[in-house]
Amino acid sequence: MARFVLRRIAFMLITFWVVISVAFLLLRLAPGGPFDGDRRMPPEVEANLLNAYNLDEPLYIQYGRYVWDLLRFDLGPSIKHHDFTVSELIAAGLPVSLTVGALALVIALVLGVPIGSIAAFRHNSWLDNCLSSSTTFGLALPPIVTGPLFVLLFAVMLQWLPAGGMDSASSLILPSIALAIPHAAAIAKLMRGSCIDTLGQNHILTARSKGLNSVRLAIHHVLPSAMIPVLSFLGPAAATLIAGSLVIEEVFSLPGLGRYFVQGALNRDYTLVMGGVVVYAGLILLLNFVVDTLYFRFDPRIRSQKQSEAL
Amino acid sequence: MKSTKQGFGLRLALGTLVCVLVLVVLGPMVLPWEYQEIDWDNINQAPSMDHWFGTDASGRDVLTRTLVGGRVSLIVALLATCVSFLIGVPWGATAGLVGGRADQFMMRIVDGMYALPFVLIVILLVVLFGRNVYLLFVGLGAVSWLDISRIVRGQTLVVRNEQYILAANALGASQVWIVWKHVLPNIIGTAFVYATLTIPGVIIAESFISFLGLGIQEPQTSLGVLIADGTKEMHSSPWQLAFPAGFLVITLLALNKVGDVLRDSISGTMER
Repeated sequence: MARFVLRRIAFMLITFWVVISVAFLLLRLAPGGPFDGDRRMPPEVEANLLNAYNLDEPLYIQYGRYVWDLLRFDLGPSIKHHDFTVSELIAAGLPVSLTVGALALVIALVLGVPIGSIAAFRHNSWLDNCLSSSTTFGLALPPIVTGPLFVLLFAVMLQWLPAGGMDSASSLILPSIALAIPHAAAIAKLMRGSCIDTLGQNHILTARSKGLNSVRLAIHHVLPSAMIPVLSFLGPAAATLIAGSLVIEEVFSLPGLGRYFVQGALNRDYTLVMGGVVVYAGLILLLNFVVDTLYFRFDPRIRSQKQSEAL
Repeated sequence: MKSTKQGFGLRLALGTLVCVLVLVVLGPMVLPWEYQEIDWDNINQAPSMDHWFGTDASGRDVLTRTLVGGRVSLIVALLATCVSFLIGVPWGATAGLVGGRADQFMMRIVDGMYALPFVLIVILLVVLFGRNVYLLFVGLGAVSWLDISRIVRGQTLVVRNEQYILAANALGASQVWIVWKHVLPNIIGTAFVYATLTIPGVIIAESFISFLGLGIQEPQTSLGVLIADGTKEMHSSPWQLAFPAGFLVITLLALNKVGDVLRDSISGTMER
C-alpha cells in the first residue's frame, strides 16, 4: 500500500512539473506580450516595464526564478490587475469555484447513483426505459445550454432564484445544478451498467437463493462493488468540471477563478494565467491521486494486480 | 420487443444525423439569406414566415446562422477527430506491438495526460497563437486522442497473441507485413468506433471555447458563438438562444445514441 501511494505521489509530482514547465514555455514562446497595446510605447518605458517584471532576463533564468518562487508558494504579482498578487486573486476566486464544483459533484452523485441503480434493478422495465432515456438526454445537455436556459426560466420568468452574482447562498443553486446535469447522467449510465454486471454474478445468485431481501442485497452486495467504476470516473470528471465551471461562471457572473483565468488568457496576463494553470493542474492531479488511492484500497483485484506489477 | 425498440431509437438517431448533415450542407445554399447579411431595419425580429427562426441583434437570419454555425462546429469536430485518430492509432498500436518498457512509458504519458486540464490547454494554445480555426481543431485533436490510443493498444495486444500472427511469424513474414496485413485491419474498426465516440466531446469543447470568446470569431460563426450571442439577448428575444441551443442538443443526442449502439455492437469482440 505504502509503496503504491509513494509511486503515485512521485508520478503526480512529475506530471505537475511537466505541466508547469510546458505551460511556462508556451506562454513565453508565443508571439506578442502583455504590454502590446494599440499605441507603441516608448522603448525606455517598455524596457522599464519588462525589467520590473523580470521579463527581460534570459528564459532559463525566468524559468528558474518561477519554479523557485513556486516552491515558496509565491505566484508573483498580476501583470494586468495592478496592486494585486496572483495569490490574492486566486484566494478571492478559488473558494467560489470550489464551492460550485463541489456542490455540482455532490448533486451529480446524489442524482446519478440512485437513478443508475434503480434502472439496473428494474432492468428492461418501463421505469428503466424512462430513466435510461433521461440519462441519454442529460448527457446531451452541456452547461452552455442549461445555464442560460435556467437563468431564463427560473430567474427571469419565474423569479425564484437570482440570475447571477454572489449575493446569497441561493445564487449557487442554479450554477451547481447546470454544472451537475451531464455528470449526473454519466454517473447514472456507469452505475446502471456496472450494477447489471454485478447482478449477474454468482455471489449475488447465492445471496438471493439464501433468501436475502432486495434492499439488503442492494446495500450489502451489489452497490459496494458496482460503485467502483463510478469512483474511477471521478478523477477525469474533475477536468470536465473545471472546463464547465469556466462557462458557468461566465453565464452566472460568478466572481470565480475561471473568470480571472479567461480574462488573463485574453489580455496575456502571464503570471495570472500561470497561476490558474498551477491551481487547476494541482487540483486535478490531487483528485486523481485520491481517487486512485481509494480505488486501490477498495478493489482487491486491482490491489493484487498492481502489487504484482510493482514487484 | 427490446430489439425492435433499440432499432427504432437507432433509426431515429441516424435519421436525425442525416437530416442535420443535409441541412448544414444544403440549407445555407437554399435559404434566401446570407449568414452575415446585416439588415438594420429588421433587428431582433421574432420568428415569422420570412425569418423562420427570427433575426438577431444585427438583423441577420437566425436559421441561416444556426445552420452555418452547425456546419463550422461539425467540421471542427470532424477534423479534430481525424487529428486524434492520426495520433491515437499509431501511438496505441506502437505501444501494444513493442511492449515492455517502451509500452509502459508510452502509457504512463497517456495516464499523465488524462489528468490534465484539457480545455485550459486548448485555451492557452488558441490565445497564444492567435485565434485561427486550424489551431483550434489541431489543439482539440491533440488533446482528445487518449481514449483511442488506449483502446487501440488493448486491441493490438489481443491481436498480437492470435494464432494467425504466430503462423505468419513462423512462415517468415516481416514485421511490417504483419502489421499492415494482419494487425491494422483488425484494429481499425474499433478505432473508428472510438473516433465516433469522441466527436460529441469535441463539439462540446469547441462550443465552450467559442462561447468564452476564445475560439471561432466574427464574421465566422459556430454554435458556441451563436449561443453566446443568444445569451446576451435572451431576455428580449429568446429565440436567438433557443434555436442554436436546440440544434446543439439534438445533434449531441443523435451522436450519443449512434455512439452507444456502435460501442455495444463491438463490445462482444472487445471482451474476447
